[in-house]
Amino acid sequence: MDTLFGYPGGVVLPLYDRFPHYPDINHILVRHEQAAGHAADGYARASGKLGVALATSGPGATNLVTAITNAHMDSVPTLFITGNVTRSLLGKDGFQEADITGITMPTVKHNYLVMRPDDLAYAFKEAAYIATTGRPGAVHIDIPKDVFIEEAEFSWPETINVRGYNPPSTAEQGSIQQAAEIIDHSERPLIFAGHGIILSDAADDLRKFAEKSGTPVVNTLLGLGSIAPDHVLSYGMMGMHGSYWANHAASNADVIIGLGMRMDDRALGRFEDMNPTAKIIHVDIDPAEHQKNLETHVPIVGNVSDVLKQLTNAVQKATHPDWLSWIDDLRIGHRASMSVPEGPELTAQYAIARIADYIGTESVLCTGVGQHQMWSAQFGAISRPRQFITSGGLGTMGFEVPAAMGAQAACPDRSVWTICGDGGFQMTFQEIGTMVDAKLPVRMAIMNNCYLGMVRQWQELFYDQNLVDVDISQPDFLKIAEAYGIKGIRVDNQEDVDAAIEEAEATEGPVLIDFRVVQQDNVWPMVPAGAALSETIESAEESAMS
Amino acid sequence: MKVSRNGSRQTIAALVEDRPGVLTRVASLFRRRGYNIESLAVGTTDEQGVSRMTIVVEGTSEVGDQVAKQLDKLIDVINAAVLDSTESIDRELALIKVVARPDQRREILDVAEIFRASVVDLSVSSLIIQITAANETIEALTDNLRPYGILEMVRTGAIALVRGEDTTQVVEFEDDELRRFHMGSGRIPTGQLPHLSD
Repeated sequence: MDTLFGYPGGVVLPLYDRFPHYPDINHILVRHEQAAGHAADGYARASGKLGVALATSGPGATNLVTAITNAHMDSVPTLFITGNVTRSLLGKDGFQEADITGITMPTVKHNYLVMRPDDLAYAFKEAAYIATTGRPGAVHIDIPKDVFIEEAEFSWPETINVRGYNPPSTAEQGSIQQAAEIIDHSERPLIFAGHGIILSDAADDLRKFAEKSGTPVVNTLLGLGSIAPDHVLSYGMMGMHGSYWANHAASNADVIIGLGMRMDDRALGRFEDMNPTAKIIHVDIDPAEHQKNLETHVPIVGNVSDVLKQLTNAVQKATHPDWLSWIDDLRIGHRASMSVPEGPELTAQYAIARIADYIGTESVLCTGVGQHQMWSAQFGAISRPRQFITSGGLGTMGFEVPAAMGAQAACPDRSVWTICGDGGFQMTFQEIGTMVDAKLPVRMAIMNNCYLGMVRQWQELFYDQNLVDVDISQPDFLKIAEAYGIKGIRVDNQEDVDAAIEEAEATEGPVLIDFRVVQQDNVWPMVPAGAALSETIESAEESAMS
Repeated sequence: MKVSRNGSRQTIAALVEDRPGVLTRVASLFRRRGYNIESLAVGTTDEQGVSRMTIVVEGTSEVGDQVAKQLDKLIDVINAAVLDSTESIDRELALIKVVARPDQRREILDVAEIFRASVVDLSVSSLIIQITAANETIEALTDNLRPYGILEMVRTGAIALVRGEDTTQVVEFEDDELRRFHMGSGRIPTGQLPHLSD
């Protein structure tokens, strides 16, 4: 670990006091603890390394909670460190005391309250081990002020042995054989590739397995990047805003192979009707994900990278030309609902597609949560693991700015762009100050439609057009850029888009672009919450008829 | 009827590290995932630093499996397993205080004897009956005592062991240093703490 994002305060001052003695530690001072957490999260997603955030007790610690939950829900290896009041004051409601280990308990993989300085080395070693192995996740260490101060003999434990924690690697051969047999006899197999492929660096293993078994691949939101979109077996994103053909392939497959994904409701729609006749093989490192939402015929516990190697060895070489051409025909017939809208207007879809095209796949693309996030997933041309950074499970608006900051800290040589919603941007844009101080040249592209767009979309579709509290007002975003001393660019027309992107890339960032996109636009296709994937709706007109 | 594997009640045995907060972690998991605990009993085991929880939950065997897997995910849970009712023995202790006028005592004692329960306290108008049995036997006893008037009653919740040589056991042992860390972390250390102003 070399970088941490933090915010000082009373009880962590003893630690800050020592930072000057450790110049190798790159402490990035944020403007709000939530942002420190999201930055650590973005850092970890972009690099695969442990992301670390630090906050003081009480409000500092509680401000981290959203970020902790966000990271854990998406299985991101992160370590959160908080200070707490002196041991003798714990439980006495002292100034800035919060029972933060009690608060984070249900949203972390594990947490610690370290009561003796002798235990610090153990706690850190074990915490890092637990956060980064098995199914990765958030781990939290809480340290009372006087534990920071008291002196102890330093001894770094060589090995760590947690008997209640034994992350699996390869899978048991019997289940591999069982799965291989089902795959070998399938006519219409389909892979659901999830975040696990990226977390365990298994993109190559996925491609080899798919190619040998001739199995087409669809991705969950967080699985985007596990296979390049131009690969012949790649069919893009499934789920609530996935493509018509991906969702119908999912509904018509005879064998489904879920890889490193947790059979989430946003990806699968109504569970009972997500293809009840298919045989389901579910590979996940976390056995508790098996049979949680969906009945699985062959649950396989193991690291998806190892399991894919085993499966590739076990299956026979196969092709499924009829099945692929069935999906291809759907793709040709329904391409329109997954295309950038035609016409002269400036749409978010157009701006995002142009950004993606210009910056290429070696860049990093972050998003917030809402319409712009789904359009980024649809038109971001996500082609490599760790290219796309988005809040999947928790769906945290305001993630975009601090997560991009963390990604930029992790990848100083990559161009980092973040697609922002005009609502989410207003939750966390104070971090521009951090970017300026820490010289993190993030490119922020606000898809400004003067609405909380996704909420408005739901009110239009499911609340009888009763628009309530969604027409959020905007400050002058260029003046905000100016206030922080960074470049701001406004784009009102389609024809100015390319020039603005080019200028942003050429500018030594951070830089902000305010894209004034059309206001009344909705994300299609859509599977309404609680509907089945086979009920994918492709347009407003179709929605009005149903 | 015994608790059956496919019935509405599942018995789970969990070996847990005896650490601060472990009970909260388990209870919090049940609350968060919406599982209903019928009973929970915790006690020490033969190995220092390891406690054993016996948890009875409402639900099908699928629910039982999910609960065990979610429990196993907790770092402080060394292992957790659903016990097959036909392959395990489960017992619970109950103390039942019954209204017993002198003219009813003989009758009540007969009931207690049928259930192999014993009388552990006697007063002019009441008895305390102690029974160690499986859940259903205790239910049957209380049904039979209810007509006399149950004043109050307390039950321990079930504890259970697998029959025969099979065990639910810890296979790995911790070294002393690690055990000290695991058992001590989170607990206020003994002795004088540094003063506030330090």
